[in-house]
Amino acid sequence: MSKLDKSDVEKIAFLARLGVDEQDIPEYVTNLSNILDMVEQLDSVDAEGIKPMAHPLDAVQRLRVDEVTEVDDRENLQAHAPETADGLYLVPKVIE
Amino acid sequence: MMYNKTIAELSAGLKAGDFSSVELTQTYLERINTLDEQLNSFITVTPERALEQAKEADVQRAAGHAGLLNGIPLAQKDIFCTKGVKTSCGSKMLDPFISPYDATTIMKFNDSGAVMLGKTNMDEFAMGSSNETSWYGPVKNPWNLDAVPGGSSGGSAAAVAARLTPAATGTDTGGSIRQPASFCGITGLKPTYGRVSRYGMIAFASSLDQAGPMTRTAEDAALMLNVMAGLDKRDSTSVDEAVPDYTAHLNDGIEGLKIGLPKEFFSEGLDDAVAKVIESAIKEYEKMGAVIKEISLPTSKLAVPTYYIIAPSECSSNLSRMDGVRYGYRCDDPKDLNDLYIRSRGEGFGPETKRRILVGTYALSEGFYDAYYVKAQKTRRLISNDFHQAFDEVDVIMGPAAPSTAFNIGELTDDPITMYLSDIYTIAVNLAGLPGMSIPAGFAKNMPVGLQLIGQHFAESKLLNVAHQFQKQTDWHLKLPESFK
Amino acid sequence: MQWEVVIGLEIHVQLSTKSKIFSGASTAYGAEPNTQACTVDLGLPGVLPVFNGEALKKSVMFGLAIGAQINERSVFDRKNYFYPDSPKAYQISQLYYPIVGEGHIDIDMEDGSQKRIGVTRAHMEEDAGKSLHENFQNQTGIDLNRAGTPLLEIVSEPDMRSAKEAVAYMRKIHSIVRYLGVSDGNMQEGSFRCDANVSLRPKGQEEFGMRAELKNINSFRFVEKAINVEIERQMDILESGGTVIQETRLYDSEKNETRSMRSKEEANDYRYFPDPDLLPIVISAEEIEAIKQTLPEMPDAKCDRYMAQLGLSEKDAKALTVDRDMADYYEQVQLSINDAKMAANWILGDVSAMNNKNGLEFKDCPVNAMQLTGLLKRIKDSTISGKIAKEVFEAIYSGEGTGDESDADAIIDKKGLKQITDTGAIESIIDDVIANNPGQVAEFQSGKDKLIGFFVGQVMKASKGKANPGQVNQLLMKKLKP
Repeated sequence: MSKLDKSDVEKIAFLARLGVDEQDIPEYVTNLSNILDMVEQLDSVDAEGIKPMAHPLDAVQRLRVDEVTEVDDRENLQAHAPETADGLYLVPKVIE
Repeated sequence: MMYNKTIAELSAGLKAGDFSSVELTQTYLERINTLDEQLNSFITVTPERALEQAKEADVQRAAGHAGLLNGIPLAQKDIFCTKGVKTSCGSKMLDPFISPYDATTIMKFNDSGAVMLGKTNMDEFAMGSSNETSWYGPVKNPWNLDAVPGGSSGGSAAAVAARLTPAATGTDTGGSIRQPASFCGITGLKPTYGRVSRYGMIAFASSLDQAGPMTRTAEDAALMLNVMAGLDKRDSTSVDEAVPDYTAHLNDGIEGLKIGLPKEFFSEGLDDAVAKVIESAIKEYEKMGAVIKEISLPTSKLAVPTYYIIAPSECSSNLSRMDGVRYGYRCDDPKDLNDLYIRSRGEGFGPETKRRILVGTYALSEGFYDAYYVKAQKTRRLISNDFHQAFDEVDVIMGPAAPSTAFNIGELTDDPITMYLSDIYTIAVNLAGLPGMSIPAGFAKNMPVGLQLIGQHFAESKLLNVAHQFQKQTDWHLKLPESFK
Repeated sequence: MQWEVVIGLEIHVQLSTKSKIFSGASTAYGAEPNTQACTVDLGLPGVLPVFNGEALKKSVMFGLAIGAQINERSVFDRKNYFYPDSPKAYQISQLYYPIVGEGHIDIDMEDGSQKRIGVTRAHMEEDAGKSLHENFQNQTGIDLNRAGTPLLEIVSEPDMRSAKEAVAYMRKIHSIVRYLGVSDGNMQEGSFRCDANVSLRPKGQEEFGMRAELKNINSFRFVEKAINVEIERQMDILESGGTVIQETRLYDSEKNETRSMRSKEEANDYRYFPDPDLLPIVISAEEIEAIKQTLPEMPDAKCDRYMAQLGLSEKDAKALTVDRDMADYYEQVQLSINDAKMAANWILGDVSAMNNKNGLEFKDCPVNAMQLTGLLKRIKDSTISGKIAKEVFEAIYSGEGTGDESDADAIIDKKGLKQITDTGAIESIIDDVIANNPGQVAEFQSGKDKLIGFFVGQVMKASKGKANPGQVNQLLMKKLKP
């Protein structure tokens, strides 16, 4: 049984702003459904009361001292940018 | 032959003045030049930079300032940002990306006096187990050019196996150092999570990624780790734990060593020929005085599904920054902002990367987060707990690194799930953040087989010791593929 | 139908740190585009965030100041969305485990009573960059200098019932963060801005109506106006039988209207999950207690103390304590001259009036506390009269003096403004006045007592305001009514 259909994949692809060729969608539907079927094995686990594990060593955050350590490096950082002008990155007009 | 020497041997040669770093570097550059056409193990070769670094290394040595890896040529997986050098991560998306900064690991190697020969091929964004997802084409296995080298660090593994470099770096999120090491017959070490800085290493799944050495021998792995390991203030997840000299305990005896064999690693799905090789390797350890004990890691059977929630979820978010705005690939003539995003990403990412981004986006989306991501993080703890219980009884855990030897190029590309299962023995180790190694243990059907060693957190010294003792008794790690002699 | 207005505010406060929340780039305002956007702020491949401890400390200070629960373990989450001012395509924020839990503040109502407004939570997050729509044909320019600036987002309960209450709440939060020094609160520079959730419901109904979110309002005046026009808009819709739709709206201060922000309306699913590049932030009870010890006296407590210890009226005490700079100034002057009322009158009177006239914040007042002290001391010891003091004050305000307590003395000397207290000198002026005004003298002596004011005026005028008014009065009476 398929977990997802075409419209689900289209919706997810848009959320991820990911262009997917129309002809490839059926394959993604199958692949994704199969992966989700496999993942369903997790349903068998009783994880009641188990704390989710985010870091393998359960470490905690170190704090950085509030100091300015970076200098202006714009020229280097923008050297290979797709499109810039006057130090700004350019994108197609954004309408608010 | 100079090219067939280990780092330890080359360092001795450099020190004795038998050859210079420039000569050594030239030797490897020539081998890459003539032999890599068959393998496709490098994305970028950096001969000028290499020779410059080699010259500098020779100067430093003459001045008595030889660093730990002075003059040693190395290859870097193309996942490490390298200032002024293309850092593609195996993707069209980053093909135009000339990194403006160095990863911490690259800086450490630079400081050690090592020479970078170039950047090795890899699965796109380290997502793959065969190196077939690279935008730069698949890498071939030096032992059989029809076979895959494994992945994602397939370029590094193939290059080391073919002696195009004495050693290389790899990264391992679900087995990406150990599985290609196994497939190519070399030594690969994935350290404890947080042992090596992730800064400047392009993230696939942040909570699982870890960099490590891919070498001919355990001794070389120790020499590499001596340079790579340590706290990095730029990486919040790196661990503040003292770095020992990893070569210090290589020669310790292993009599009485307690080795655990998880029964789950020897059940269905394991190739018979591979099983035989592993069994004889274990016998070798028994001969050395180790004690063998069967153990169980019951939750490890859920490692693959757990991983295929966590890794895609994290990667879907990590790769969102590749949007065609500040660096990397941008589509032609975007008609509006969404078009810019959708086409740049649609054209820049390959199918496997897209598959994982889609799975991850779905798993994190509203209504599914708890059922998928949170559940996977809980299962992850159960998997980790299994290991910790096992380590109450044994010193190291051993088993196969992969269920089979290298499969053929194209054999599994239409079957992602079977491909995913080739990491079935390695993934649980990443989920638990433990150090793991693969060392050459023999051959099945003329292809190398790797024995996997798993240790407790920060037990790298122990693993290297156990691996080194094996390599003193066996010569599998000395084998060189015929066509690269 | 009677409608009840329901308002909740989300205030974004820029925490005043030197460097960004996850990188070592400067947060200084006004730099050239992208010169303060480092590899981490740009979201380059491979970079990682490291959390600025000062942002934590300042957030905890705020939480303690509003009596909130401080969470000993808080977690950064990623809020995923694509937008060009969001370089990683996710914002690092705190959804599930914020640093500050429930707290509250009290605001003053117009009738003099107080109302408690609940604070649901406050969480740390990074600011986005800036989009510039001008100057580029069909393109938008992106400046990421602001990206990664530390913010504390303070979320209120939907407890406010009018635009005035919302403004009072916002002012109170502003006052608190300024007091604590956790933010400069500069609204022009965007260090303090708010989103307002506004809805209407029939009076008596418990269920909330559908709300609109007004985005990014950056002045007290606009908050009030924006909320009021939004209330009107919603009321018009509801009165005519329509329904309000849930949406994000932008306030246009020029047209004084709100309009829908369609760009924010795309079905969004932020896919929050814990940021795996950052670890849980853990702060111990001892560390929290240590921060608590560093908290300054807050405005409410200060106000109470001014009334109880210094005997000020509630009105004066409140006025003096709204702005920490003013309160600090006041305390310095008050302690030096030991006259709480005189200091209050001067600061709330002449000093504030001059600042208002010149459009200056108290912290930028050109007359410092020492200078004012020097001046008021001369009133107290009768060197000058209150009236002359105003002249001296204006001189100091306009830049005469060196910033010292002695400035008033120097100006008094230089201009010869010292009060005349010598009886003989005053008597001789009085004699002249009496001699020059025989008519008024006669009228006065025949019982027109009011005329004493006339004589005092004449004497003061003749002395150029320098005669001691008390002595003038006394001597006049003696001479006129022997």
